[in-house]
Amino acid sequence: MFGWEFPPHIAGGLGTACEGIVKGLAYNGVQTLFVMPSASGDEDQSATTIINASDVAVDTVSESVEEYLDKVKFIHIGTNMVPYADPEEFSRLVEEDRRRQVKDFSISYGQKYKFSGKYGANLMEEVARYAMVGGTIALQRKDEFDVIHAHDWLTYYAGIAAKELTGKPLVIHVHATSFDRGSVDNIDTRVFAIEKRGMLMADRVVTVSDLTRNIVINRYGIDPAKVVTVHNAVDFSGRENMQVERGVKEKVVTFLGRITYQKGPEYFIEAAAKVLKRTKNVRFVMAGSGDMMNRCIRHAARLGISDRFHFTGFLRGADVQKMFALSDVYIMPSISEPFGISPLEAMRTGVPSIISKQSGAAEVLKYAFKVDFWDVDAMADDIYALLHYPALADFSAREGYDEVNTLKWNGATAKLKKVYESVVK
Amino acid sequence: MATKSICLYFQVHQPTRLRLYRFFDIGKDSHYYDDFANRTILRRIAQKCYLPMNAQLLELITQNNGKFKVAFSISGSALEQFQRFAPEVIDSFRALAQTGNVEFLCETYNHSLASLGSASEFQHQVNKHKKAIEELFGVTPTAFRNTELIYSDAIGEEVYNLGFKTMLTEGARHIMGWQSPNFVYCCATQPKLRLLLRNYSLSDDIAFRFSNRSWEMWPLTAEKYLSWVKESAKNDDIVNLFMDYETFGEHQSAGSGIFDFMKALPETVISDGTFEFVTPSQATRKHKPVSDIEVFDPISWADEERDVTAWLGNELQQEAFNKVYAMTEKLSIVNDPDLWEDYGHLQESDHFYYMCTKFFSDGEVHKYFNPYDTPYEAFINYMNVLSDFQIRLDEKRAAMDVKETLIEEVKAPVKKKTKTTKTVKKK
Repeated sequence: MFGWEFPPHIAGGLGTACEGIVKGLAYNGVQTLFVMPSASGDEDQSATTIINASDVAVDTVSESVEEYLDKVKFIHIGTNMVPYADPEEFSRLVEEDRRRQVKDFSISYGQKYKFSGKYGANLMEEVARYAMVGGTIALQRKDEFDVIHAHDWLTYYAGIAAKELTGKPLVIHVHATSFDRGSVDNIDTRVFAIEKRGMLMADRVVTVSDLTRNIVINRYGIDPAKVVTVHNAVDFSGRENMQVERGVKEKVVTFLGRITYQKGPEYFIEAAAKVLKRTKNVRFVMAGSGDMMNRCIRHAARLGISDRFHFTGFLRGADVQKMFALSDVYIMPSISEPFGISPLEAMRTGVPSIISKQSGAAEVLKYAFKVDFWDVDAMADDIYALLHYPALADFSAREGYDEVNTLKWNGATAKLKKVYESVVK
Repeated sequence: MATKSICLYFQVHQPTRLRLYRFFDIGKDSHYYDDFANRTILRRIAQKCYLPMNAQLLELITQNNGKFKVAFSISGSALEQFQRFAPEVIDSFRALAQTGNVEFLCETYNHSLASLGSASEFQHQVNKHKKAIEELFGVTPTAFRNTELIYSDAIGEEVYNLGFKTMLTEGARHIMGWQSPNFVYCCATQPKLRLLLRNYSLSDDIAFRFSNRSWEMWPLTAEKYLSWVKESAKNDDIVNLFMDYETFGEHQSAGSGIFDFMKALPETVISDGTFEFVTPSQATRKHKPVSDIEVFDPISWADEERDVTAWLGNELQQEAFNKVYAMTEKLSIVNDPDLWEDYGHLQESDHFYYMCTKFFSDGEVHKYFNPYDTPYEAFINYMNVLSDFQIRLDEKRAAMDVKETLIEEVKAPVKKKTKTTKTVKKK
C-alpha cells in the first residue's frame, strides 16, 4: 500500500483515512505493508508494517538501469507545484530546481533520497522519486504481497511502477480529484494527467463516494465496470467528548475547514446574513484559513454582520474539538466534496449538521440536513429551524450521534477486501 | 514685536494596544489590552523622546525669557499610560505648564473618531479631556484640535458650540487651492471659530524628511530652515508647524541631530526678528482672519489624500466604526464607569488605522505604526473584543430591566405581580 502520510504527522485527512483502512483491513484479516515517503518512527504499527521510503536506496534494479528507466521514464518531470508564486518567482524556482534536479538525478541511483513527505514546492519531484523508490521496494518485497493499493495521485506513479515491475494487480484509491481542488475550468493539468494515467493503469479504482465515482467515470472517462465506491468511515475510538465552558450565550453555528472556493464559504456567509435578519440570538464562526479568508472577512464586513460573524484562523488539535463542543449547528456548504469527514466529527460531538448535497458524506448520512450548496435560503431555513425548534435539534443530535457511530472502517474495509479478491487471480 | 508668527504645536498620543483576543475569549475574559506592549513601548518612547525633549523645551523657554512658546495636545489615552507606566513624564509636562509659555489644547479624550461617529459621544469625550487637562496641569484649554486634525464645517460648528474659539487643522491642498495656509482663517458656517492651518511642507521637513540622507536638502540646519520659513511667509502672517511629538527622538533618532536642531531654532528665529513664537490661542488673537474656508467633506493631516480614508477607507473599517458607534445610546442608558472606560479605548482611531488597506504611497507609515501583520487580523481581533464588550453592555442593560421590574413589582399591587412573573416564565 502506497500512502503519503500517516498519523500522527498529517497535514490533511488522507493520513487519517489510511490509518483507518489498514486497521480495518487487519480486522478483516488482510495484512498490509504501508509505504510512505517520510516516516518518523512514532507511527502506530499495530495494524500494518510501515516502510519508510527515505530508508530505501534505488540500487536493486535486477535487470538494468536502462530497462528500469524505460519502464518508468514518465517520472522525469521538471516542474514543481508552487500554488501562490507570481510568474517571476515561479520561473526562478523552476530554474533553480531544474539545475538541482539534473545534478541530483545523476547521482541518485544507488543512493537514498530524504523525502520531506510534505506538500511543498518540490512536490512533483518527490512524487517522481517516490515512484522510483516505490518500484524498488515492490521488487525487493515481491513475494510478500498480492495487491498494490495506491492512495491519491501523489502515489499513483509509485503504484504504476510497482505494477510494471512485478505484474501484480493495482488498485487505486481516489480520495479526491483535481475537480475537488479547483473549479472545473481551473484544474492543474499535470495532476490531472497523473490521475488519469493511474486510473487507466489500475485494475480497480476505488472512490470514496458515488459523487467521486461519477467524476472518475465522466471526467476521466474510466470504464464504470472497474470503478467501485467504498464510502469513508471514521474511527472515534479513544475519543472523549470535551466539556467546554461557553463564553457566549448565543447559539453558535460553525463552519470548519479550509476557506477555499470548493468549501463554499461565501454561501455560508450569505446564509448567516439571512438568519441574522430574523434572529439576533446566534453567532457564526468560520474556523480555518485559506486563500479565500480575506475575501470572506470583507464579505462579512460588507454585509454588516461582523459583530456576529467570527473568524478564528487556523485551529490546531484540541482547539478543533473545542470548536465542535462550542457549536450548536455545524455546516459544510462544499461546492465539491469527495467525502467530507468533518460533519461526522460534528455529529459525533452531538452537533446537528447541515451539509451540501454535493458532498460524498450526503450519500451516507441520513440524519444530516442536506441542501444544495447554492441554496442559501434553504441553508438559512435549516439553521433557523435547528436554532429555534429544540425538538428538531435534539432529535438530529441524538440520531446523528448514533448514526456516525455505525460508520466503521471494519465495514468499509470488508468491501475493500472484496475488491482485492476480485483482482487477485 | 515681530509682526509675523510661528506657531509650534506637538501632538502626544499613545494608543491602548489590544492583546490577541480570540473567539474563545468572548464572554469569558474582558481584559482587552496588551499591557506588556503598552508599557514597553511607552517607557521606551518616554526615555527617547518625552523626557529628554521636555527637559530641553523647559530649558529653551527659560533661556529665551518667555519668547519661546509651544503648544501640546496630549490625548487622554496617553495621559493614562503616563500615569500608569511613567508618572515622571506627567511631572515634566506640569513643569512646562507652569512656565506659562505652553498652551495645552483640548481634543477627544481617547483620540477618537467621535466627531464623525456620534455628536453626543464627541461632546462627552471633549469635556472629559478638558477636565483631565484642568486637573493635571491647572489650565483650561481654549483651543481645540481634533484627532489627526480631522475637520469639516460641521465639526467646526460643534467645536465652537463646545466653547472653543480656535481650532487647528490641515492646510490641505485640495481645500486651499491657490490660498496660502500661512494666515488665520475662519469656519465657513461659524465665522467666530478661527482656524489655524498646518503648513504641511515645512512641518514635514522636520517631521518626515529631517534625517533622510537622500533628501537633496539634507542636512537641515536652523538657519536654512528659517530661510525657508521666511520665503514661505514672505507676504503672509503665520507659519503653523504641527507635528507628532514623537518626531523628536523616536521617528527622528537623537543621532540624526534633531535635538540640536530644535535647540538652535528658537535663538535663530528670535535673533532674526522677523518672527515671534505664539501659541494657537495667541495667534488667533493677534492675527485677523483673512477669509473663511469651506470644508464640506472631512479633511485630516494623514496620507496623500488628506482625508479620513486612513481610518474609514474600506468596508472593514466602516463596519467596525458603525458597530462601535451604534452602541453609544445604550451605553448612556447603562452609564457604567467600567464600560465607559473600555468604550473610550475601543474608539481610539489607531484601531481603525490598523485595518487600513492602503498599502501604496503611505504604506510605510502605516506599517511602522501597526502591531498587526495584516489589516484582516486587526479587524478580526477588534471585532472579537467588540463582541465581548457588546455582551457586557447587553447584560448590564438587561440587569437594569430586571431591576426596574423589581421596583415595579414592589410598587405594583399583588394582582399585577402575578402577571409579571407569568411573562418572565413565558420567556
